[in-house]
Amino acid sequence: MRVFGRLFSFLILMLALAGPALAQEAEEGGGNTASIDAWMNSVVGPVTSPFVSFIFASIPGTELPWIVLWLITAAAIFTVYFGFVQFRMVPHAIQLVRGRYTSPDAAGEVTHFQALATAVSGTVGLGNIAGVAVAVSVGGPGATFWMILSGLLGMASKFTECTLGVKYRTEYPDGRVSGGPMHYLKKGMAEIGHTTFGKVLAVCFAVCCVLASWGGGNMFQANQAHSQLVVITGGDASFLADRGWITGLVMAVVVFLVIVGGIKSIARVTEKLVPFMGILYLAAALIVIFANIDQIGAAFAEIFEGAFTGLGVAGGLIGALIQGLRRATFSNEAGIGSAAIAHSAVQTKHPVTEGFVSMLEPFIDTVIICTATALVITISGVLQQDPATGLYVWDEAAGQIATTNNLSGVELTSAAFGTRITWFPYVLALAVVLFAFSTMISWSYYGVKAWCFLFGDNYTSELIYKLLFCLFVVLGAAVSLGAVLDFSDASLFAMGIFNIIGLYFLAPIVKREMTSYIAKLRGGEIPKFPKGAGATSPAE
Amino acid sequence: MASEIFVVAYDGADRGVVDYAAKRAKASGAAICLVHVLQWSPYSFLTPEELEERKMRRRQELDRASGALVDPLVAELKGAGLEVESEIRFGSPTAVILDVAGDKGACQIFVGRSGKSGLENKIFGSVTLGLAQAATIPTVIVP
Repeated sequence: MRVFGRLFSFLILMLALAGPALAQEAEEGGGNTASIDAWMNSVVGPVTSPFVSFIFASIPGTELPWIVLWLITAAAIFTVYFGFVQFRMVPHAIQLVRGRYTSPDAAGEVTHFQALATAVSGTVGLGNIAGVAVAVSVGGPGATFWMILSGLLGMASKFTECTLGVKYRTEYPDGRVSGGPMHYLKKGMAEIGHTTFGKVLAVCFAVCCVLASWGGGNMFQANQAHSQLVVITGGDASFLADRGWITGLVMAVVVFLVIVGGIKSIARVTEKLVPFMGILYLAAALIVIFANIDQIGAAFAEIFEGAFTGLGVAGGLIGALIQGLRRATFSNEAGIGSAAIAHSAVQTKHPVTEGFVSMLEPFIDTVIICTATALVITISGVLQQDPATGLYVWDEAAGQIATTNNLSGVELTSAAFGTRITWFPYVLALAVVLFAFSTMISWSYYGVKAWCFLFGDNYTSELIYKLLFCLFVVLGAAVSLGAVLDFSDASLFAMGIFNIIGLYFLAPIVKREMTSYIAKLRGGEIPKFPKGAGATSPAE
Repeated sequence: MASEIFVVAYDGADRGVVDYAAKRAKASGAAICLVHVLQWSPYSFLTPEELEERKMRRRQELDRASGALVDPLVAELKGAGLEVESEIRFGSPTAVILDVAGDKGACQIFVGRSGKSGLENKIFGSVTLGLAQAATIPTVIVP
């Protein structure tokens, strides 16, 4: 029976990928669908733009958006406050993931590995592929430096929020476990005497989380998956060009089957394919990097020089800095609060252990995967350089460094890989669709939790949310990158405003947990299990 | 108190191995330890929703295993005059069965030959073969 379920879900996935091609045959001759896209663009753009301009308003006298400074400052403060926890405790985090500190009695419960894997599946997505391309093409290779820095600092924010996520999670009588910023903002703040303020923060966070689940967790994903499909089916000549609603509709149907229809096998297939795709992606990146091994030194030099001088790219240092920090945060979601939802279900006696484990997430996502993408783009030569000066050629009209065929976003990454591995764009298209899909599934979960926090935990309210979510998949695939990217960024970053206010208040609680745990660990009071949880376990 | 303990790997369907082990146990005055393993890996990938429900599902799986499979069988064997205990654990079947055998100081393991479909066994390896290869005590494979 299970085999049939898997087969069915695989067929559905294939159908989702082949659907556009089938539709092409059915509608040979074409319809006037470009106007639908244009209409959607004209509606979505104006609605979202005031919100976007508020979130990305610059600090007076500078070009730095206040929200980027807000997030990076918090990450830096937590780094110092927790005594550089992201460097000290990584070896211990790896041992935790390997199950060395998981009692065999807990077999069958959520392990550190599983919580981390799910959270990573939710964050590794188009931010790592498309977002990095945007950062490097707008901010220059120097943006990579700021991305890595942001990833390393972000580990401390992630540590704080995920520890709180576990500490203040809610365990329902039926055994379900649910946590995240809504819970710790409400319960944690109440514990330190800020009941009303905590509730306000929790509600504001939940509103932003719902918006972000429709934006960054949905529309952006659908949008970039669509543009990648257009590229591999023939670019501007493709049937899908300007018909985003078709891709959107197919993806929406699959998402609907999973989140409303409860066909978990589709989600399960994706969950299994995503890590595989991630490894494949990284391997391909390494192949491209090693094939150009002679340029690696120059690429790193460009990254470091560009980080501080801008290398003649418009916007210079600030441009590289803003793009790097912005895209890194969008990718690893540190300080945003989303990951705390996924991490909170882990089985552990010490909440801080999941905090340690969660630090690996920005590391894998940003320091490893994003950097690999950035190196591939830099090395591949898709960014045009002036042969005389060695500076990048700025394309004023596109607002980015000039590229072959004016590519941007995921198409640029695809072209960069294509310079060395000609067939890789096809694999990348599959990876992009799968990453997009798994990120959507994760975000639909985050969103529904926030929605139910606001509107009540019942079937009808859940269903309304999920139907709206599917609608946004179609919208996201149809509108152009600019409007979608801005809105998805803005809604995601807005979550960070309320989450981080709460983190400042609750950080002392995390510090107490950390100090007492490390003391116990040093004193040998934390039991270690040679075999880990996998081998065996008595039942309750 | 019986002097010897037989570990019996019970997958929930294979009565043959239980009946055979019961006969041998009665003849030699040994006690029986029924082991039922719920297949589980700490490294599997779950969706966020599955993470949320994991604790609940684990409880349900344990209840179902003991209520529907193991407890009635234990009662039946006890009724037949045997000394019986049972273990229900999560994990990889072969490893768990060997662990229980070690913990209990068992002198023999009984395992059925049937079970999963041929194809699945070819891909993932069968518990029977795993035990035959890794067991440190005599293991009886009941056809």
